[in-house]
Amino acid sequence: MPSSSNIGRRTLMRGLGAAGAGLVLPVAAGAQPVAMITRAVPSSGEALPVVGLGSWITFNVGNDRAARDGCADVMRAFFSGGGRLIDSSPMYASSQDVIGYGLAKLGKPAALFAADKVWISRGARGRDQIEQSRRHWDVARFDLMQVHNLLAWEEHLPMLFSMKAAGQLRYVGITTSEGRRHDEIEQIMRRHPIDFVQVTYNVVDREIESRILPLARDRGIGVIVNRPFREGALIKKVMRHPLPAWAQEIDCTSWAQVILKFIASHPAVTCVIPATTSVAHVRENMQAAYSRLPDEALRRRMIAHIEAL
Amino acid sequence: MPSQWWTYTLSDFLLFSPRTYYRLFELYNADIWPAQIMALLLGFAIAALIGWGGAWRGRAVTAILGLCWIWIAWAFHYERYATINWAATYVALGFAAEGLLLIGLGLAARRAWLPVDDTIHRVGLGIFLFALVVQPVIGPLTGRALGQVELFGVAPDPTAVATLGALLCTADRAFWWLAAGPLAWCAITGMTLWTMEATDALVTPLAALVVVSTAIWKRSGTRARGGSDGQPADTADQA
Repeated sequence: MPSSSNIGRRTLMRGLGAAGAGLVLPVAAGAQPVAMITRAVPSSGEALPVVGLGSWITFNVGNDRAARDGCADVMRAFFSGGGRLIDSSPMYASSQDVIGYGLAKLGKPAALFAADKVWISRGARGRDQIEQSRRHWDVARFDLMQVHNLLAWEEHLPMLFSMKAAGQLRYVGITTSEGRRHDEIEQIMRRHPIDFVQVTYNVVDREIESRILPLARDRGIGVIVNRPFREGALIKKVMRHPLPAWAQEIDCTSWAQVILKFIASHPAVTCVIPATTSVAHVRENMQAAYSRLPDEALRRRMIAHIEAL
Repeated sequence: MPSQWWTYTLSDFLLFSPRTYYRLFELYNADIWPAQIMALLLGFAIAALIGWGGAWRGRAVTAILGLCWIWIAWAFHYERYATINWAATYVALGFAAEGLLLIGLGLAARRAWLPVDDTIHRVGLGIFLFALVVQPVIGPLTGRALGQVELFGVAPDPTAVATLGALLCTADRAFWWLAAGPLAWCAITGMTLWTMEATDALVTPLAALVVVSTAIWKRSGTRARGGSDGQPADTADQA
């Protein structure tokens, strides 16, 4: 298992210093508003809240009106908490349509940072799929378009770069999950001017610490982290145990916040995208972006503690 | 086939949550009500035809089953399941093909049926009645809402098992051709429910396993007697 990368308190505070002035946590009257933790997109400097929203499984509810309204409520809580980046894919069945439903219901929040993927084996059909996705979301354009799981990336990347040059999207990225094809990911990061890479990272899946995260920092590539909870399995595992005392040192009131803060505290990470169907959980997740993050010493303790559970 | 396919697990292909899957049945049942009553009546009619015999029963049984498969292809897989699982569009095509196959072979070919007192016939009828009466209540008994019940004729799982039971009662070479679709679905739904950690995940695959084992035993017994699958000596009531 690779060791946690060396992150000093100074580095951490520099990351925290990117907090946007307009992003503050609503607090009780008289209390000091707390700035939200944001990270700068390396290629542009644009500030993004460190916690985003994924849609894998959770937003795939088909035509179930009640469930769609539930997803819209999750999105409302997400935006109310200062969130911006929502991520989806054509692979996620109805998720894109459900996001579009939620956005329409919420009056098209201006804060939205729309991140989607192209996922089709024939490069010539990539543009059509992106257009279909855009119609599902009902947005003017996507902020970020990623090649999903590197499927036909050799054909899709040139097309995405040309769309970016034409102003049809703002950023280009690639994705993988659960440690697959990291060698190929590295090669693309070295050779192509991508803005984002999306990978799996959490307190027990730390393979990317050794090469991909340092490379992202060197190359000025933003990092989006998927599957922070191992599709719920990690939460299920740790939930059986009491929250450790050190969780108070970083203002955590739940295991979900502990896990998210571990991820967010790595300076190469731009945004982590937990997915949920619960308004309570999305609020809990967003809280992780409003308080102290662990330093390197505490990160090591977190790893040791959770691996021992 | 995805790259590095060996690193994928079944859960990587599950696009929806158990809650969403079962809500699909709840909404479907509400939408098609009272079609379930008609489906159950047709199910009991098939059981009667299989159990009591009759010169035209082969055509009637396969035609009813075929219509059920076509209904499920359209109303369930294509119209509803495909909203949460893009692969369901292809499954719908498979169900429609199975339905057409059942109807086509049922009308075109003479179905040879085992005598009603044959042990294998009894197993087949038992499997059919299990799918019609017992299988639908397993879900509610394991904690699912009654409105999410999966019934023969309108839901894929009990319909696949019932079809296998009915086919087991026949005695012709077309068995494996007609059983391939239901068996494939039993495997698919078993893997889906297993990945969803459903308590009743193994019900459909185990029922299919009983049918396959019995069919192989039947075939080996027929060979031992020197007979032919297609022309059993004691099928007096062929259509």
